[in-house]
Amino acid sequence: MNLEGLEMIAVLVVVVLFVKVLEQFGLLEASYDDSVEDELELSAVRHRPEGLEKLEAQTRFSRKELQILYRGFKNECPSGVVNEDTFKDIYSQFFPQGDASTYAHFLFNAFDTDHNGSVSFEDFVMGLSILLRGSVQEKLNWAFNLYDINKDGYITKEEMLDIMKAIYDMMGKCTYPILKEETPRQHVDMFFQKMDKNKDGVVTIDEFIDCCQNDENIMRSMQLFENVI
Amino acid sequence: MAAGVAAWLPLARAAAIGWMPVANCPMPIAPRDHSKRQDELIILNVSGRRFQTWRTTLDRYPDTLLGSSEKEFFYNEETKEYFFDRDPDAFRSVLNFYRTGKLHYPRYECISAYDEELAFFGIIPEIIGDCCYEEYKDRKRENAERLMDDQEENKDSKLPNMNFRETMWRAFENPHTSTMALVFYYVTGFFIAVSVITNVVETVPCGSTPNQKDVPCGERYTVAFFCMDTACVMIFTVEYLLRLFAAPSRYRFMRSVMSIIDVVAILPYYIGLVMTNNEDVSGAFVTLRVFRVFRIFKFSRHSQGLRILGYTLKSCASELGFLLFSLTMAIIIFATVMFYAEKGSSSSKFTSIPASFWYTIVTMTTLGYGDMVPKTIAGKIFGSICSLSGVLVIALPVPVIVSNFSRIYHQNQRADKRRAQKKARLARIRIAKTCSSNAYLQRKRNGLLSELLDLTTSEEEQQHLNKSTSLLESQHHHLLHCLEKTTSLSLSLSLSLSLSLSLAVSQAHEFIDEQMFEQNCVESALQSYPSRSPSLSSQEGFTGTCCSCRSRKSIPLPNSSMSTTHTHTQGLQELSALHIQCAEQQGHSSSRSSLNMQPNEVGRFNCRERQITTAIISIPSPPAPIPEGDGHGPPNPGPSISTTASSNIVKVSAL
Repeated sequence: MNLEGLEMIAVLVVVVLFVKVLEQFGLLEASYDDSVEDELELSAVRHRPEGLEKLEAQTRFSRKELQILYRGFKNECPSGVVNEDTFKDIYSQFFPQGDASTYAHFLFNAFDTDHNGSVSFEDFVMGLSILLRGSVQEKLNWAFNLYDINKDGYITKEEMLDIMKAIYDMMGKCTYPILKEETPRQHVDMFFQKMDKNKDGVVTIDEFIDCCQNDENIMRSMQLFENVI
Repeated sequence: MAAGVAAWLPLARAAAIGWMPVANCPMPIAPRDHSKRQDELIILNVSGRRFQTWRTTLDRYPDTLLGSSEKEFFYNEETKEYFFDRDPDAFRSVLNFYRTGKLHYPRYECISAYDEELAFFGIIPEIIGDCCYEEYKDRKRENAERLMDDQEENKDSKLPNMNFRETMWRAFENPHTSTMALVFYYVTGFFIAVSVITNVVETVPCGSTPNQKDVPCGERYTVAFFCMDTACVMIFTVEYLLRLFAAPSRYRFMRSVMSIIDVVAILPYYIGLVMTNNEDVSGAFVTLRVFRVFRIFKFSRHSQGLRILGYTLKSCASELGFLLFSLTMAIIIFATVMFYAEKGSSSSKFTSIPASFWYTIVTMTTLGYGDMVPKTIAGKIFGSICSLSGVLVIALPVPVIVSNFSRIYHQNQRADKRRAQKKARLARIRIAKTCSSNAYLQRKRNGLLSELLDLTTSEEEQQHLNKSTSLLESQHHHLLHCLEKTTSLSLSLSLSLSLSLSLAVSQAHEFIDEQMFEQNCVESALQSYPSRSPSLSSQEGFTGTCCSCRSRKSIPLPNSSMSTTHTHTQGLQELSALHIQCAEQQGHSSSRSSLNMQPNEVGRFNCRERQITTAIISIPSPPAPIPEGDGHGPPNPGPSISTTASSNIVKVSAL
């Protein structure tokens, strides 16, 4: 039995080898589908911003300022758009001691106004225009938009907790005094105490703006970054 | 923080507004940017090629030259541009770094030139991008190895104060340093060969005695072979003990491979002496004799190629390991298959799987002895597959090993070539330098000549004197003159010129025998002034030769102003100090006395009146390594004198 069996096996092996050799010479076509479409993957997403005049009209930057901004932007991102990972990398460089990726994610969403997953130059410059040259109302609007993660018009305690934890994460482990587990939560409670007038557990845009306008500290710090560009 | 993302800082700061409503305390005041500079184009003129870029581009990296205020040093007011006298090609990479944030290393650039450029512009090489970093590191390593090679060459050079032990160690490691070492080298080599041949011949059957058939020579001429063996082992033992004594670190020496081989080579003999002719241990004794063949490994000290081979095998250990592993796998597979295939056939030699190992190995290495052959069809089929795959499995790792060997071998060859070329190169450089130094003395002489023989100059001498020297030259000469005045000594022409000439001649030979070389120097120097003063003894040959060389060019100047510079103070400057040091090493007071000539012997323009007989201070250049050896290692460019312990002749190499 073993003789017969082994002979069969031997013959089989020889046949398989033969087939393989033929395949090599292209005489036998192997039946598997080639996905040629992989070759045609889009090499790069390129984005060209709108004209200088249009941007000048839409933002509060001067022509020269826009030129400077665009040059810096295009240098860092030659393809013209920033995707979330790049943005996270860039933002993390400013906070080497902690983990800035969560906050960068929220920030990215705040800049990406059309929610297409990438921040183009228009988004970038619009955001900067609001933050640097906008009125207090607009700035507070922007901040509210940042905190409202699901963009439903209400800031819930969970959303605020996420934001708060992200901010505290940026500080890192080596702080003085040591960051405790409940610090973000306490901070959120304090925030809600201040902001939530009708105590319904959420903060609306009006409550937010009213409250902030009455707070001197916040008003003063809003003017802090006037001359960044 | 990576300065490359400085462009995003405005965004980060602006986004900080998001923290404001959440914060409990007031924020600190922001720094104001007082210099509200408009973004402007600045022009960087690098050796004529103009590069233009925005100021903010350069400001991205404030800790580099271009990004900081350091570039203001290079600002040219008239042309309103920054001028750098550097290589424009290398500057391209530097400027691209500012533009793109990534530093690239161009392949065509020389590694040291590139390093210098980076150092000039204040950029650390570690930020070279990933794409180019490996290449950069490889080239840097290669360069460093080359420099290390050169340095090792210089380490070989003799330090004057080596004690006996160090001399001996050096002699052992590098047999070319002295004749004794060379003799020792050849003697040991000879005895190794003798020992190996003896071991081989011992087993040859030589002649048959009437009562027995062929006996090996070893048993026939026992005494002779024993004596030979003893002699060899004695030599090896002495050599080993000498090496052990001379080794700078005995513990490290004892752990080195060569010393282990030495020990293993001579141990069987001693063990054999100690052991009696017992029956039960004589079997072990015979085994020990096998170790005598290790003596052949001692040849690796004598052969560079063997060492390379050994090093290659060591460095290819992973490939060899892989080869072994894959072969073992294949052997086991095929042996099993063959065993089961041949199980059925009668009178099959494949009695067990381990027995089939032999067949598999012989087949896979395509040896095919034929003592075991498969008889069944299945066995034959599998056997043929086995031999085909054997060829493949062996052929695959071999090129890797070969390429490794070739790389190491070529490296070695290149090192040898570099060493050979270095001597010729340095000789040529030295000749060029002595020409410049001779120009100084020539000028000095001409100056005196014109002073003393003012009106009676001939035409050619006039021309000679009026040979214009460049500003640089005249400044340099002035400097040397100042030094002379400071030290109240003066420079003289040394035998360096003759030395360099003879060097050029002997450069034809790769290997310069030191003794011969010195001999040449002395002879050539001596020939120049055959009528030396007989009072100079042979031990003062050095002073004599120097002086003789000098006196050849002596011009009879009855009242040379130079005589006033003869001061034989003991407060000698470094130049003379070197000479005196040589004199001290010679340990002859008489030589020193020859220097203390009376100052009133001004009649003879003889260098014996001079303190300095050697040094030429040439144009300061970084002290290049000299194969003949550095002397006392003066930090400033000065003459280097090296002494050999064996002879009291001092070689002078002027740098």
